[in-house]
Amino acid sequence: MRLKIMASTIVVAGLFTAPAFAQALTGTLAKVKDSGTITLGFRDSSVPFSYLDDNQKPIGYAMDLCYKIVDAVKANLKLDKLDVNLNPVTSATRIPLIANGTVDLECGSTTNNLDREKQVAFTITHFVTANRFVSKKSSNLKTVDDLKGKTIVSTSGTTNIKQITEIGAQKHLDLNIIAAKDHAEAFLMVETDRAAAFVMDDILLYSLVAISKSPGDYVINADPLSVEPYGIMLRKDDAPFKAVVDAAMTNIYKSGAINAIYDQWFLKPIPPKGINLNVPMSASFKKVVADPTDTGDPAWYAQ
Amino acid sequence: MNYHWNWDIFWELSPDGVHTYFQTLMLGTAWTLITAACAWIIAFASGSIVGVVRTTPYAIAVRLGDVYVELFRNVPLLVQMFLWYFVFPEVVPHAFGTWLKQLPNGSFYTAVVALGLYMSARVAEQVRAGILSLPRGQRQAALALGLTLPQTYAYVLLPMTYRIIMPPLTSELLNTIKNSAVALTIGLMELTARARAMQEFSFQVFEAFTAATIIYIIINIVVTFAMRLLERRIAAPGYLGFRAPAAGH
Repeated sequence: MRLKIMASTIVVAGLFTAPAFAQALTGTLAKVKDSGTITLGFRDSSVPFSYLDDNQKPIGYAMDLCYKIVDAVKANLKLDKLDVNLNPVTSATRIPLIANGTVDLECGSTTNNLDREKQVAFTITHFVTANRFVSKKSSNLKTVDDLKGKTIVSTSGTTNIKQITEIGAQKHLDLNIIAAKDHAEAFLMVETDRAAAFVMDDILLYSLVAISKSPGDYVINADPLSVEPYGIMLRKDDAPFKAVVDAAMTNIYKSGAINAIYDQWFLKPIPPKGINLNVPMSASFKKVVADPTDTGDPAWYAQ
Repeated sequence: MNYHWNWDIFWELSPDGVHTYFQTLMLGTAWTLITAACAWIIAFASGSIVGVVRTTPYAIAVRLGDVYVELFRNVPLLVQMFLWYFVFPEVVPHAFGTWLKQLPNGSFYTAVVALGLYMSARVAEQVRAGILSLPRGQRQAALALGLTLPQTYAYVLLPMTYRIIMPPLTSELLNTIKNSAVALTIGLMELTARARAMQEFSFQVFEAFTAATIIYIIINIVVTFAMRLLERRIAAPGYLGFRAPAAGH
């Protein structure tokens, strides 16, 4: 019996150590080199970051950045050929899929904050959004204080609903906050007057308004409630891989390649409907481009 | 697996600033139980009525009952929730629709009605099957004794029917509890929604869903056990589920 256990321990240990002897690479880089594939996680409806086009192919701003990162990984490992697997993720599955090794890079619109950094790592910030609210022009809501006593909606499980809950409590606004399942449904609540305002990342609000039935009916408030950086997610404690990814992102920013990619998704008509979001680069994001950072501290971006 | 387990997360303060994550899960559990209980009352009451109606000798009533069952049974629960929540208030008179939309806890009432009606179709099927499983002679004998049709059902048919269909009814009750999770799609912060919110805020996805799984299992084991006790208490000799009392000699 004991012999059996010992034998199997040796076999198992052998399985784990063999690749380590073969090469010095560890973590994701070793996995990518061995398998010749890298897996990107994409979202199905995070317009314009990562979403499915009319051919059910994932496209978007974050996807373009990820393909650039893949090129850099390929060059770093000196591979002739690197296959890219695409794996759909949702807000609920992205963490387990990153953790268990199914997905190597999550290319979407995930907010980088200090709590989440305990669980995963983020590369250089690829967008800076602000938390604002959309309402019908007819309801004439301009500031957070105008929301006093109103029913408002946000998407469940987001940092936005957390912030509006905190602000409401601080300012004694007596808000009736309802949580919607996803962004489309939350917007529908404003559209059907179930809620007076929808609190969310402004970039998502812009695209929701742009694709709505009558974009002219809605207005997004001016003063941001907070600032949030988006980052591409990767596994924590994998420094060699993160270094390659960070270098690739920095290179995109420093070389100016970012401008063309940004313009393509935010200042030009995008598939599938040819809508132009028309959102120029914010001052906060310009700061990131000039001085690339992966920090999840909102204060850095607010200055 | 590159995952940082943190079981202490349950005792950390959630973003609402008042409750710990554990407390938010308990709040979710309370909503799950209340929603399931209210929905079950609707399901049991209207399911019984429709089930009975479908075994009466009146052809039109039977046909209407059939339509009811097929309607609520054949449309996915998720779709029904959406219809009740988003479409129903738009098709009723405007003032009523607005009142409905601004009702506090609107998603709770919608969830109870939608879940109750959906499950009632299933209960109706059980009740009908139970009544049909009885020997035809029981009904004939009751009517021959001079009981009216309602009396026949109340005193002869239904008391046996409910005893016979207890085991499948237990399953339907468990289904009602589990199906209440669908209400998260219309914004009800029940147990599954709380677990989802917890994983989004803390990124401790496995801890959150492990807790939810355990809570669901505990609820369902308790319900199953209680229903078994009830089953045994009301079992009729000679029928399913009856265990003869220990003989004294």
